[in-house]
Amino acid sequence: MVPAPLRREGPEKLTGTARYTDDLVFPGAWYGATIRSTEPHARLLGFDLDPGFDWSRVIVLTAIDIPGQNVVSLIADDQPALAAEEIRHHAEPVALLAAADRETLREAKKRIRPRTEALPPVFDPLASEQVFAHYEVVRGDAAAVMAGADVVIEGTYRTGHQEQLYIENQAMIAVPRPDGGIEIHGSMQCPYYVHNALKRALAIDDVRTAVIQEETGGGFGGKEEYPSMIAIHAALLAQRVGKPVRMIYDRHEDLAATTKRHPAIVTYRSGVTREGRLVAQDIEIVLDGGAYSTLSPVVLSRATLHAGGPYLCENVAIRSRVVATNTPPNGAFRGFGAPQVQFAAETQVNRAAEALGISPYELRRLWAYREGDTTPTGQVLRESVGALEVLERAAEASEFERVRARRAEDRKAHAADPRVSTASGIGMALAWHGAGFTGSGEKKLASMVSLELSVDGGVRILSASTEMGQGTRTIFPQLVAAELGIPIEDVGIAPPDTSLVPDSGPTVASRTAMVVGGLLVTAASRLREEVEARTGRPFAESYRGDASLHGPTRVDERFSPYPGVEWDDASFRGDAYPCYGWACAVAEVDVDLDTGEVHVRSVVSADDVGRVIHPVLAEGQVEGGTLQAVGYATIEEIKLEKGRYLNDRLATYLIPTALDAPRITAILVEKPFSGSPHGAKGVGELPMDVAAPAVVAAIHDATGAWIHELPATPERVVAALAGRAVQANTRP
Amino acid sequence: MTSADRAVRFIVNGDPVELEVPGMRRLLDVLREDLGLTGTKEGCGEGECGACSVLVDGAVVDSCLVPICQVDGHAVRTVEGLAIAGQLDPLQAAFLETGGAQCGICTPGMLMAARALLDAGGETTDEAINEAIAGNLCRCTGYTKIVEAIAQAAATERA
Repeated sequence: MVPAPLRREGPEKLTGTARYTDDLVFPGAWYGATIRSTEPHARLLGFDLDPGFDWSRVIVLTAIDIPGQNVVSLIADDQPALAAEEIRHHAEPVALLAAADRETLREAKKRIRPRTEALPPVFDPLASEQVFAHYEVVRGDAAAVMAGADVVIEGTYRTGHQEQLYIENQAMIAVPRPDGGIEIHGSMQCPYYVHNALKRALAIDDVRTAVIQEETGGGFGGKEEYPSMIAIHAALLAQRVGKPVRMIYDRHEDLAATTKRHPAIVTYRSGVTREGRLVAQDIEIVLDGGAYSTLSPVVLSRATLHAGGPYLCENVAIRSRVVATNTPPNGAFRGFGAPQVQFAAETQVNRAAEALGISPYELRRLWAYREGDTTPTGQVLRESVGALEVLERAAEASEFERVRARRAEDRKAHAADPRVSTASGIGMALAWHGAGFTGSGEKKLASMVSLELSVDGGVRILSASTEMGQGTRTIFPQLVAAELGIPIEDVGIAPPDTSLVPDSGPTVASRTAMVVGGLLVTAASRLREEVEARTGRPFAESYRGDASLHGPTRVDERFSPYPGVEWDDASFRGDAYPCYGWACAVAEVDVDLDTGEVHVRSVVSADDVGRVIHPVLAEGQVEGGTLQAVGYATIEEIKLEKGRYLNDRLATYLIPTALDAPRITAILVEKPFSGSPHGAKGVGELPMDVAAPAVVAAIHDATGAWIHELPATPERVVAALAGRAVQANTRP
Repeated sequence: MTSADRAVRFIVNGDPVELEVPGMRRLLDVLREDLGLTGTKEGCGEGECGACSVLVDGAVVDSCLVPICQVDGHAVRTVEGLAIAGQLDPLQAAFLETGGAQCGICTPGMLMAARALLDAGGETTDEAINEAIAGNLCRCTGYTKIVEAIAQAAATERA
């Protein structure tokens, strides 16, 4: 086997020569800034410009200056690029400024003030009457079976906002073109989202719009939709100024204004027989969408479809809704609705195990999906079901049962010892994660890639899938080179520039390796066949000669639906995903019984990713996703006051440092998916689903207290230890 | 040159530099904008993330918090000064091999913090490495492969 290649852009990143957006120099560029609302809900009456300031040095733009539609194009067209009459959340953009130098811009920002009239805000999602989307899944008769169940586990679980916290802040530079068009250089996941948004807001055509993704310092979903907003802002200013305009957010603005993970309230009832069979699930999900719908409808559908967890249950009722509040809009973040509901689902399973007196490992072995099982939407899991395998691999590597027994003995031995102020525990969680877009998403996207064999014998990949650290730029050439039988160095990859590359769909939903990588493998196989048909010799030996003799060859490959995968949007039934990834995490924690502080010592995460393309990169995804989940479980929290994020700085929004990080062991499990030519199912989001509920289970193992709200801050742990938390409601 | 500007002389990656700049201008801006050394990144501008870490006389500093006047007469080392004649420093080579860099934005700062640890010649246990890079946030890797890379580079340098 050929060893996995080194990260393609690694040397540039390691020597400081990789160019991120803020590293780019555009001579004569102006600086742009966004004026934002300081109220959560208000009528916008106008602007007060300080007459003592020399406004001739500054460009000021408001909603009326937008040449096209005042909308950030996404699912619903409800979010304006600049608020026109009504302000719906704190930090909402209301005006734009540009100046030739930073000092003038800084001064100008202080001299303009929106004139507003306050309107009553809604902050509580349970009190909101504006519903962005709602779904219902029904299988069997959950109510009747629940009523007859031996044991009913009930709980309400809450999770808060989480910030993606890519280390490179949002950054966008717009360059006006002589033809009246615009060129965007920026940090982003989805060049074509930005492209579409620009065309609508600026009312310009395809040819005059070019969007170029520059080296991007992390995304995690946070650069899925918000870059469209910033690109519109920068482009509006650049067109007016007639010079390049830089909009580089600082950390404070990025934290205060950009999207976060949706807060969730999940009310869950699980009906179980005395023998330990899961017979009914009744689940209600409420997501807080914030002020505009952004991606909320699809975040909610993923949340709804994952809410039952990876377990067979014949009677299921799930009701879900995502509602509007006067808080900054929430959006995409690794996991996309699944981490919230699977925290609830997994805590339910762990509580059921406690109620039944069964090991959480054994209970999952009883309940977990097998091949041939049917999901609540009627999907038959025909293949690639790795639930049991990841469960067993994680349990084995962590010595789950042995450690659990030893911890129990330790605690018993020290129960009466007042000098013991730390308790240790171990916990487990299992999850599934639908691979690729939900439902008919991939069919609608109809993604495309191209592969070029040029006259000089070069092979080049053309795709809009972006590199943001996860490894696109390495695995794409790797897949193509393997299919063509040529060295990876001989396969080039075009920059993600919408004037060069076709629309391969967004770089989201762990779909890049599986869907777009699959398209590339198919394209490579077609290119190989075409050349071999002409030359009668293996591709590797003949392609250079063929290129010089025959001229360039280009293969365009468009997504065609995976065979046998059917989904009906109207009834919300069918094959919700072509296949699923499966993950199991086992966490060990120490809990300080006096302070409530939780230290996560280790996490073992076993992840079934279909086929591993690049072990080092895949492990990197598992390790990074695991730590984000540990942060979600323990320290990452946003506090709000009157719709404003209070901790909108890195000094106050904390993420795990190297000292906080547990020892993470990534185990890659392979249950290939037959629908993709290379068997891959995606890896990015999987680990994010499991580590948080595993940590909460470990806290319970250590202390006997259940945490119902993330993160498990010292305050919440101390409250739970004192018995102030909601108690398990079991019958009889 | 305005009246607030002053001449500052220091060494960057071995080369002497003389600039006329406001004394309170951030070292980060001098490096990135005045000297074109954009390898050093800004992540938060308030000394929390470490993306802008550079070495001043061998010690790790957040260059977003250092006014240039404090650097007068001192030696600064940035990520651009690690590789010599295109030959990767052992740390860079180890990061490349183990997967210690993903998105790459924390990498220059991380490398400089690691460089300081290795140059100090002390222990390079996992605990010592975690301590040394505790001021450098990474959101991609979970730190696992970064720690592995630093340990590997330490072993290479000892060999």
